[in-house]
Amino acid sequence: MKFLSNIGKYFLMLQSVFGKFTKWKILKQLILKDIDILIIGSLGIVSFISFFVGGVVAIQTALNLENPLLPKNLIGFATRQSVILEFAPTFISIIMAGKVGSYITSSIGTMRVTEQIDALEVMGINTFNYLIFPKIIALSLYPLIICTSMFLGIFGGYIGCVYGGFSSSGEFIEGIQMDLIPFHVTYAFIKTAFFSFILATVPSFHGYFMTGGALEVGKASTISFVWTSVVIILLNYLITQLLLT
Amino acid sequence: MIKVKNISKTFDDTSVLEGISTIFDKGKTNLIIGQSGSGKTVFLKCLLGLIKTDKGQIEFENKVFDSMSVKERSILRQEIGMVFQGSALFDSMTVEQNIMFPMQMLTNSKEDEVRDRANQVIKRVNLVNSNEKFPDEISGGMKKRVAIARAIVMNPKYLFCDEPNSGLDPKTAILIDNLIQEITKEYDITTVINTHDMNSVMEIGEKIVFLKNGGKAWEGTKKDIFNTNNAAVSSFVYSSDLFKKVREMYLKN
Repeated sequence: MKFLSNIGKYFLMLQSVFGKFTKWKILKQLILKDIDILIIGSLGIVSFISFFVGGVVAIQTALNLENPLLPKNLIGFATRQSVILEFAPTFISIIMAGKVGSYITSSIGTMRVTEQIDALEVMGINTFNYLIFPKIIALSLYPLIICTSMFLGIFGGYIGCVYGGFSSSGEFIEGIQMDLIPFHVTYAFIKTAFFSFILATVPSFHGYFMTGGALEVGKASTISFVWTSVVIILLNYLITQLLLT
Repeated sequence: MIKVKNISKTFDDTSVLEGISTIFDKGKTNLIIGQSGSGKTVFLKCLLGLIKTDKGQIEFENKVFDSMSVKERSILRQEIGMVFQGSALFDSMTVEQNIMFPMQMLTNSKEDEVRDRANQVIKRVNLVNSNEKFPDEISGGMKKRVAIARAIVMNPKYLFCDEPNSGLDPKTAILIDNLIQEITKEYDITTVINTHDMNSVMEIGEKIVFLKNGGKAWEGTKKDIFNTNNAAVSSFVYSSDLFKKVREMYLKN
């Protein structure tokens, strides 16, 4: 029952987010601040992970191509497909659920615990719009992160494969150009758009409605990471079923 | 003036407030006192409209809160200043930004006007040379002053304070109490303070409402407290030897 009640509460929260709007002057500052923290602040870790995981994907693929009849350009092809279809949009989103999601939950949760949200409410401010809407807008730039992740993942694969001596530069590049279906990229970005909304709203929900003290803020961050990941994985399955089958 | 008429509130079959009626007068420091768990905070949150009551009504200048339109409530909210127990200052903003915030959010005043007004109230609460400091760089007493400044920057008609001197040393606590009382007189506002600090009661309690187990057990002035025969009030107020002796001396004289 609590689960169903929370789902209802989540959708009512979304309705309120788009209710009474905060002044544009204030909202603009909040959006820019959130872009800096949530998007710019995540580029470093996403780049690092993407580059090295891309490299590992290429090396693992190369090591498993034992049959000499299989062309070496398959390494580039497999790296591109893995990175574009799943690694960049889905697994980077899970990582972001940990990085960005726990930041959102703990920052809103701390505001709840220290009565800052009550203070906003007493002033007659729509706290849902003030706290959550800027995060939704900031995370609408999330596809840029995924784009960076795709590029660096494939680039990492190229470096790992070519400098590891698994294939030539030409073979890898031929592989990443081979049988490219443009809709796969569209599909990846459609997923990303949905995930960005989930990344902004599910952690906000857990932060906003938490009760208790400092310990509960930590617990809420953990629960928020779990539920954001679960929703992303389920949504990934659903979108894939709808768009690729 | 705030009129409270027979309000009740229940959470999950547990009655937290039961049939409370009282009047909080304009230009006076009205205190709500009672033991922890007596319903003080819920009562204050009901007055603020943060918690909806199950029964009864609250009137602000004879206007029933529950019957107000969204616009009327929005206007009323701008007339309310609140000092929270933990000050509730916005961590990411400086002292000056915290104080300017309500005006920036709720009025169309120009930046210079907002800054001037903020500096005016900063001076009023004796907070000098702190404009650029962040909440974690100032003391507990200063935080309370910032919270009071933020609460009065919009020239409110009503000032609510939840345990305004909790966690402060006795000297600073009295300074904060006196500041609230001075502001109440100066701005001629209705001030409601939630406290269990007996020093505050003796210092600034012009009207005192005593809550026990969610109900109103007594009300009167600080002078009435010395003469009351109400066992519940006596056992709460005179629980320390110091206050027992103060009462004895008062009654002797």
